[in-house]
Amino acid sequence: MAPLDLLKTREGLVRTVFMAALALVPLVAYAASELFYVEFATRIMIFAIAAVGLNFILGFGGMVSFGHAAFIGLGAYVVGLAIYYGVYDGFVHLALVVVICGLAAFLIGAVCLRTSGLYFIMITLAFAQLLFFVGVGLRQYGGDDGFTFRGHSTFATWLDLRNSITFFYVVWGVLAATLFFAYRFVRSRFGMALSGIRSNEHRMRAIGLPTYRYKLVAFAISGVICGVAGALLANLTQFVSPEYMHWTRSGELLVMVIMGGISSVFGPVLGATLYLVLEELLSSATEHWQFLFGPILILVVLFAKKGLMSALKIAGLSIGGRAGHG
Amino acid sequence: MINPTLVLVQTLNGLQFGMMLFLFAAGLTLVLGIMNLVNLAHGSLYMLGAYFAATVEQWTGSFLLSLLIALPVTFVAGVVIELAVLRTLYIRDHLDQVLATFGVILFLNEAVRIVWGATPLYMSAPAFLSGNVALASGINYPLYRLSLILLGLVVAFLLYLLVAKTKLGMLIRAGAANREMVEVLGVDIRLLFTAVFGLGAVLAAVAGIMLGPILSVESGMGDGVLILALVVIVIGGIGSIRGSFVAAIVVGLVDTVGRAFLPGFLATIMPHTIASAVGPALASMLIYIVMAVVLFFRPQGLFPARGG
Amino acid sequence: MAESLLTIENLTKRFGALVATDGVSLAIEPGEVHAMIGPNGAGKTTLVRQISGELRPNGGRIFFEGREITPLPTHRRTHLGLVRSFQITSIFPDLSALDNVALAVQVHQGHSFHFWRDAREERCLRAPARAMLEQVGLIARAAVTAADMSHGEHRQLEIAMALASEPKMLLLDEPMAGMGPDESQRMVELLRGLKGKVTILLVEHDMDAVFVLADRITVLVYGRAIATGRPEEIRANKEVRRAYLGDGGGG
Repeated sequence: MAPLDLLKTREGLVRTVFMAALALVPLVAYAASELFYVEFATRIMIFAIAAVGLNFILGFGGMVSFGHAAFIGLGAYVVGLAIYYGVYDGFVHLALVVVICGLAAFLIGAVCLRTSGLYFIMITLAFAQLLFFVGVGLRQYGGDDGFTFRGHSTFATWLDLRNSITFFYVVWGVLAATLFFAYRFVRSRFGMALSGIRSNEHRMRAIGLPTYRYKLVAFAISGVICGVAGALLANLTQFVSPEYMHWTRSGELLVMVIMGGISSVFGPVLGATLYLVLEELLSSATEHWQFLFGPILILVVLFAKKGLMSALKIAGLSIGGRAGHG
Repeated sequence: MINPTLVLVQTLNGLQFGMMLFLFAAGLTLVLGIMNLVNLAHGSLYMLGAYFAATVEQWTGSFLLSLLIALPVTFVAGVVIELAVLRTLYIRDHLDQVLATFGVILFLNEAVRIVWGATPLYMSAPAFLSGNVALASGINYPLYRLSLILLGLVVAFLLYLLVAKTKLGMLIRAGAANREMVEVLGVDIRLLFTAVFGLGAVLAAVAGIMLGPILSVESGMGDGVLILALVVIVIGGIGSIRGSFVAAIVVGLVDTVGRAFLPGFLATIMPHTIASAVGPALASMLIYIVMAVVLFFRPQGLFPARGG
Repeated sequence: MAESLLTIENLTKRFGALVATDGVSLAIEPGEVHAMIGPNGAGKTTLVRQISGELRPNGGRIFFEGREITPLPTHRRTHLGLVRSFQITSIFPDLSALDNVALAVQVHQGHSFHFWRDAREERCLRAPARAMLEQVGLIARAAVTAADMSHGEHRQLEIAMALASEPKMLLLDEPMAGMGPDESQRMVELLRGLKGKVTILLVEHDMDAVFVLADRITVLVYGRAIATGRPEEIRANKEVRRAYLGDGGGG
């Protein structure tokens, strides 16, 4: 069973080692009395979930969305507003996030997917802006300052998400589950159809597959995953604002995926880690860190397009079946 | 209930906004249509133009001088960006271009903060364009804003002449419709690219400089305009100057008039509390709704330059 | 006489003043390899495109298995078993050869809204895909990424994918185009292996291949079918010789 080939392939090895190392972070941090790292690592994992979600359509399906931060923000607002109105039940939060983000992604995707290429990039960007302005317009919820709240999603009385370490492991679990789903997805019939669409959409249509609806379903799934990441983000920061949906955040998400490796399932996790660690290092070095980050980004795009996974010389891709799989 | 003076003023504001948007979008759509390059850093040229002009005006006190100096300086900055980054992007796919030019934006936004600080700069309009013009009895409108509308029309006309009547224009039209063909015809494509890019950069700088007195000159000022310009290009059709003109005016009017009147209009048909909550948000969404509607019926925009 | 698989009745196609197809009538028998030849510009591709449904004729009718298909769009004809292979090779470059064919099999089998099972472990996809690769002679290259294959192998892959839709009739438009002698030979062997199993309408310029493979040949000149018959008959036909060799061809 391929996803559980944890140690057989090079990619499996990277995956296992990384996730295991991640799982040890709270223990190390607790021992060193530096709980900040627990929250930082949680943040990394949340964006890793979102990046993997984005890759569902980007790497797997060849659709470049410049607006996926909108779904992160939407998920965050759902949880934030629910708690604001006194609803703490985690399962209700989850259901709302899935339904609302799924519906939003479905509707937005339905319009955006009528275009392709450059138009698609720009119209996804525009829709994200639209949601951003909706957030800004919600003056009773803080407008463009957003609002803070106190509370977490409650799933069980013994699961207290206020505890950073508990929350860390919950997010770790969600990341692991997302990855597991991603691996199954990419190898399923749907995943194969999607990689066919990415590889040669014209041919897919010619052999009889109605490509629009497949892209739409993938887009919706991708939006829901980002929404879940947003819900976790709200739990982490206890703060919700339209900033989460700003187009530059969508840009950052794209960068994370590219940095890690667009053509692998696990790549985005590495990319999110690299991005946030780099951001943290640079911003503590200087307040003008973006002055350095901009050129770094340019260099990565120009010279390291294949991302970290490729740099680690992982043989073969797990998507689309390059040589190595019979 | 609606004040006709207000309507006229807002319509003119919308036109003025649209004209400047057109100046900005024209360069973007040309570069996209001919060089197939998504240049998100176009907004940075707009910003640099404004910063250079504001600085010169602070030193010399003359708006005209600031215009005369800032334009060539911004042009040079544009050329440097093109040589350093954009050249390598022509052959890359759109995702690469988007991300790399996104990096340029981050870099330049921060660079501007380092050099000029984080506080916004202010520009004042030239003395001979200050004050109001009486349009009709009791209705006054700022002369400066009127001059922007006029400037937009003049530039649109000049661009029309350029594209329709000159050799360069012919190459531009051909290039927008079919780039490969133009190369096959033996045209020095690099020269054409530089010319087109330079033209776009100058137009963006003009928009930035002219809007300087109205908006504040600050880091990141190009980002918002960029998004609007992308909406304009998508509605108008990539590569089409005519499309950009029409779409820019539509976007300018819809956005300005919408923001001014929609909340009030909504208050007449629904309870005031809801209208004041929903109104402003809806007004901001208007142009995106327009874009979605246009794309639903014409996915290639209103006046696509490409054959199809 | 057994009913023809494909019947064309008086097909006409005009492009403005140019008559590309001039009242062509033709009957293709089940199981045969029927070649269509003719000088450049004779309208062979135009005719094939009308049969596949990409072009609408101005006049005449087309029947497949006795049913009129003239108004039907391409994907409907594909469903009925009338499949055209592309003149411009169109495969999935980043997938392996086996994945390419398996994907075609998968699409043929129905919808793909399955998210859990590993498609590469499904025998009902892999087994037919292997069989088809075997049939076209590519089984040794099953794991190779399509982008790394030669032009000739792409053509073989094309045909394997066309076979995945279990066609009753294949329309092959210049399968040998752009191939060297070795690759052409392999293609001829491939097609010979398909004889009798699939009805084939073959448009080709390569005369050696045509005369080896074809059961019957139709000659198209200026949009008109000037002769139809067995290879020997066509070779001896005076009008055909004149069309190809100019006036006064041999005795």
